[in-house]
Amino acid sequence: MNRRRAFLVLALLAVIAALSLLLSLAVGSIALTPGEVWLALFSADVDAGMANEVVRNLRLPRALAAFACGGLLALAGALMQVLLRNPLADPYVLGISGGAAVGALAAMLLGVSASFGLEAAAFVGALTAMWLVFGLARGDGSWTQTRLLLTGVIVAAGCGAAVALMLSLAPEQQLRGMLFWLMGDAGEATAPLPPLLILAAGLLVAMFFARELNLLTHGPLLAATLGANVARLRLILYFLASLLTATAVTSVGSVGFVGLIVPHLVRLALGNDQRLLLPAATLAGAALLTLADTLARSVVAPQQLPVGVLTALLGVPVFLFLLARTPKQASRGDMP
Amino acid sequence: MSAPLLACRHLAVSISGKQVVRELNLSLLPDQRLAILGRNGVGKTTLLHTLAGLRAPDAGEIKLAGDSYATLGARCAARLRGLLPQHQGDAFAASVLETVLIGRHPHVSRWDWESETDVQLARAALADVGLANLARRSIQTLSGGERQRVALATLLVQQPRLYLLDEPLAHLDLNHQIAMLELIGQRTRADHAALAMVLHDVNLAARFSDRVLLLYGEGEHELGDSADLLDAGRLTRLYGHPLRVLLDGERRWFVPEIQA
Repeated sequence: MNRRRAFLVLALLAVIAALSLLLSLAVGSIALTPGEVWLALFSADVDAGMANEVVRNLRLPRALAAFACGGLLALAGALMQVLLRNPLADPYVLGISGGAAVGALAAMLLGVSASFGLEAAAFVGALTAMWLVFGLARGDGSWTQTRLLLTGVIVAAGCGAAVALMLSLAPEQQLRGMLFWLMGDAGEATAPLPPLLILAAGLLVAMFFARELNLLTHGPLLAATLGANVARLRLILYFLASLLTATAVTSVGSVGFVGLIVPHLVRLALGNDQRLLLPAATLAGAALLTLADTLARSVVAPQQLPVGVLTALLGVPVFLFLLARTPKQASRGDMP
Repeated sequence: MSAPLLACRHLAVSISGKQVVRELNLSLLPDQRLAILGRNGVGKTTLLHTLAGLRAPDAGEIKLAGDSYATLGARCAARLRGLLPQHQGDAFAASVLETVLIGRHPHVSRWDWESETDVQLARAALADVGLANLARRSIQTLSGGERQRVALATLLVQQPRLYLLDEPLAHLDLNHQIAMLELIGQRTRADHAALAMVLHDVNLAARFSDRVLLLYGEGEHELGDSADLLDAGRLTRLYGHPLRVLLDGERRWFVPEIQA
């Protein structure tokens, strides 16, 4: 893999991602041709009518939110897999989404219904889980991936219990909203700009350390020998992956499997060079979640499906297939 | 006389309350080869990692080509000294060639990719360890010995001045053991590099090193020329098992006594 080939692959993926956005803007109760989407997006004519209104104000924010969050989750998953040195890690394994769910559901129980209030509560919950896991895993100063993983899994389990408790206490009329939040739903996402900006910044930071991450996949000792500051690198990885996950979960809820499947698929197709894997997974994740969200709102329209259910329905068989096909890689993943 | 590539003074190293060395004064000049011998668990790896600047000593100072690790920084140090780790920790599949290329990391600037020259170096190193035809294979499909030779190729392309080898002969067949030591010997001589290695085979240590460091445990150590220091009495004490010397012309062979 050299730089030129990597650029070609990324350019191809960028085109696919752009096409997925275009499709998502065209599909819906009013079907539009690509030309009409283009006009609706870029024509200066304010009175272009319905199409203009639908594309710009309804479909675009939602499509961009799905796009950004797909990229965030895939990138966070790829980073988490390097941090835990385990190809089966996903962005939620360390309890970030659990924390966000506790925050969002508690806010709903307290009667918060504005999407801004919910997002703030979810973000605070995610950050709390991040600090809790970090503080507990650091405890005596050791910072091994086993300890980190165990702490994260336990905090996630605690959050799961809290979520179950809140669901069982919640009044009937709030349950549906809560369940939709838990399954992941881009319908409420109205502000796509923050996640897009955080995605761009996160990808830039990740690319800055991409070669050091390559070293880390061959073991912390070798990475240190070859000049990487392993302790600092792990901290950056942890906080970066957590922040990306928190942003995505805040915006669209805990959409499952994108963060697990996409990096895994990209790794199988393109190899494990993080300089290509990270941007490629970001683009592929963005495209996948955009398509899944388009499906979620159009398959049984006017009924909407939670997008997380779709990604999981697609993800589970793909993942099982991959697992069956590459038993060696999967089983080697949990070795030290 | 050239400056030492590795110099440590009054070095004290311990791990989990167990003393590895105390008051170690060691200097390795270009072209010098040191073998570190001792029983299992005496702290040979810990000492090697300390010399590599990967863990802090309890006391004393270590200088790499005249500078401390703190002054050099991790990246600069990585161009001066390389370590062959005892275990390879591959978490993901990668091709053999990619794995060798990561040895170029300290020589490639942050946003650059490896150049054609780097790839040629990697291919040459693979040819040197006899794995030229495995360049495209996944490292996870290699045998233990093949993986060990890939690790050596990674170290070779790093082109350090000081080679630190932790059990370089692990997993290797007899022919590859000799080939590996000869290759390392050639490379260090050609580059005027220095070498410190943890070995388990006393006879290979005698043959391929000019100095030895014997670690007896409890921080006790002896350092000196291989020819002077290696004798049946010391080795018997070192390993806690009686050894005997057999003479083959000029050459001495140490063999363990075996009660049938």
